[in-house]
Amino acid sequence: MLLILEQVLNGLQLGVMLFLLAAGLTLVLGIMNLVNLAHGSLYMVGAFIAASAAQWTGSFLLGLLIALPAAALVGIAVEVIALRNLYERDHLDQVLATFGLILFFNEAVAMIWGPRALFIDPPSWLSGAVEILPGVPYPAFRLAILGIGLAVAGFLYWLVARTRLGMTIRAGASNREMAGALGIDIKRLYTLVFGLGAMLAALAGVMAGPIYAVEAGMGEQILIPAFVVVVIGGIGSIRGALAGAVLVGIADTLGRAFLPGIIGAFLGPAAASGAGAALASMAIYILMAAVLIWRPRGLFPAHG
Amino acid sequence: MSVPPYRAVLFAGLAFALALPLLAGVLGLDYAVGIATRILILALAGIGLNLILGFGGMVSFGHAAFFGLGAYTVAILSHHDMTGEAFATWPFEIGGTVAAILAWPLAMAVCALAALVIGAISLRTGGLSFIMITLAFAQMLFFFFVSLETYGGDDGLSLLARSSAGPLDLHDPAQFYFLVLAIVLLALAVTARWSRARFGLALQGIRDNERRMRALGFATTRTKLAAFVISGAIVGLAGALMANHTEFVSPSFLSWQRSGEILAIVVLGGLGTVFGPVVGAVVFFVLEEVLSQWTQHWMIVFGPLLVLAVLFAKQGLWGLAAQKLARHD
Repeated sequence: MLLILEQVLNGLQLGVMLFLLAAGLTLVLGIMNLVNLAHGSLYMVGAFIAASAAQWTGSFLLGLLIALPAAALVGIAVEVIALRNLYERDHLDQVLATFGLILFFNEAVAMIWGPRALFIDPPSWLSGAVEILPGVPYPAFRLAILGIGLAVAGFLYWLVARTRLGMTIRAGASNREMAGALGIDIKRLYTLVFGLGAMLAALAGVMAGPIYAVEAGMGEQILIPAFVVVVIGGIGSIRGALAGAVLVGIADTLGRAFLPGIIGAFLGPAAASGAGAALASMAIYILMAAVLIWRPRGLFPAHG
Repeated sequence: MSVPPYRAVLFAGLAFALALPLLAGVLGLDYAVGIATRILILALAGIGLNLILGFGGMVSFGHAAFFGLGAYTVAILSHHDMTGEAFATWPFEIGGTVAAILAWPLAMAVCALAALVIGAISLRTGGLSFIMITLAFAQMLFFFFVSLETYGGDDGLSLLARSSAGPLDLHDPAQFYFLVLAIVLLALAVTARWSRARFGLALQGIRDNERRMRALGFATTRTKLAAFVISGAIVGLAGALMANHTEFVSPSFLSWQRSGEILAIVVLGGLGTVFGPVVGAVVFFVLEEVLSQWTQHWMIVFGPLLVLAVLFAKQGLWGLAAQKLARHD
């Protein structure tokens, strides 16, 4: 029972990380109709800059504070140089061009930081464990990720639903030309949204630092699940991204924790390591296929 | 009588392809035959993908699944042939084989079947969801082979030998090259033929305006599914050939980067053109060869080149060339 609670929390924590990436992806997709495979690269760039900055300054928080604006700048540069020209193109062009960007970023990171994986130490006041229930310790850092993720979700909801900026974002999403005609600077708005998405991705990257290895190619490991989240949630919907992220995070974590055991109980230990592990790593894709069969437009379709 | 430049270029290309093993022998560049074989195999995968991507407008980001499935079919059959264990004992005993005449069509059949299932589900969606769901199926198969410990799992599976093909000795680089070349030429001829036949025209009509084609009474979903299945089988054959070429298969055959590579080959060459994938594969690998000799970090040049190609050479290289050549006709 306690093991299940712990795994559910782990699943939520993975879900929160996925949400940070998926939120940026879904905004860019919903508003600019752009498939950005290079979103994972911004996550990676954020993690690398934070790792270096934290080493320099000796402080995780300073690393975070340097990495976020730096990644936002990288994102804005990418938008202005390359992606801006892709908004009017079809998805195929966008997939290919951003695939090219991934190759570039992975190689650039490997050249600058070398092929070895880096690690970021969590701040000392978050490195211990907290007793969530009497006798059940849980790493404080993972709890902090959960808290930050939920806070960001709340902030995004407030931003999109309650502020003037959010209003223009929604206007730009539902009718680009009309919003432009009404005096909204669409180009600047797009750059701004892209920078925001880049910052969220970098935030996820920094928080991933102490848990996973910081290495070239780390972006794609989480990018594809993040896309699964976007598609499950419904393209362009922040609410859908949150629901999808939690669903995918929990399905993946619980699948990996318990499926081999369950299958082993029925079919024996050999099947547990083979079929169980296979099913566990396939779980989120099966989930996505199932959702798309049931609802081809995702759980929370954003438009119409 | 003058030969139109378009034809002249094609004949020159064919002549070069036929003379390549001889040329390589004379110049002492024996490894070139292996590289050319590899290029042709990737071109075949491109021809398969082009069928649905270029002619059908379906953006599949998961065609590496069929590439890997075809490769694994050949490798697993050969593995069972070596160990002597039966692959399956029910409903009847199926053993391994190294005979190309059995293994390669079987690889195509396996891929066609997989494409039928994947296509039937994926074609319910469109646009971005189609891209993502094809990617998802490829990832599923990728992880399936990663955890398939019986056949090497993550480490992959070595083939003891290439397939046996009657009088041909596939271990001879030139003979294997000519067999692959013949298959590619056949695939090109079939593509050229059917792109002007009823099925191909219907598919292109669906790409341009599906609703109108449906209104005209075409079974659009069935046409698309048929194209998807044929495409999967061709890419599967390419995978089977690649397994023979490298004498090794691993889950990386099904990686999403491989899907991206095949996409890049098709788009670089020219979407919906018959010869585009061949040009794309040649350019892709010549670039890789040249750049990687210049620096080990060749991707840092290749990535931006890909971006530029997408931004400024939308029709692809063969598309541009064909236009130029036709103008002087």
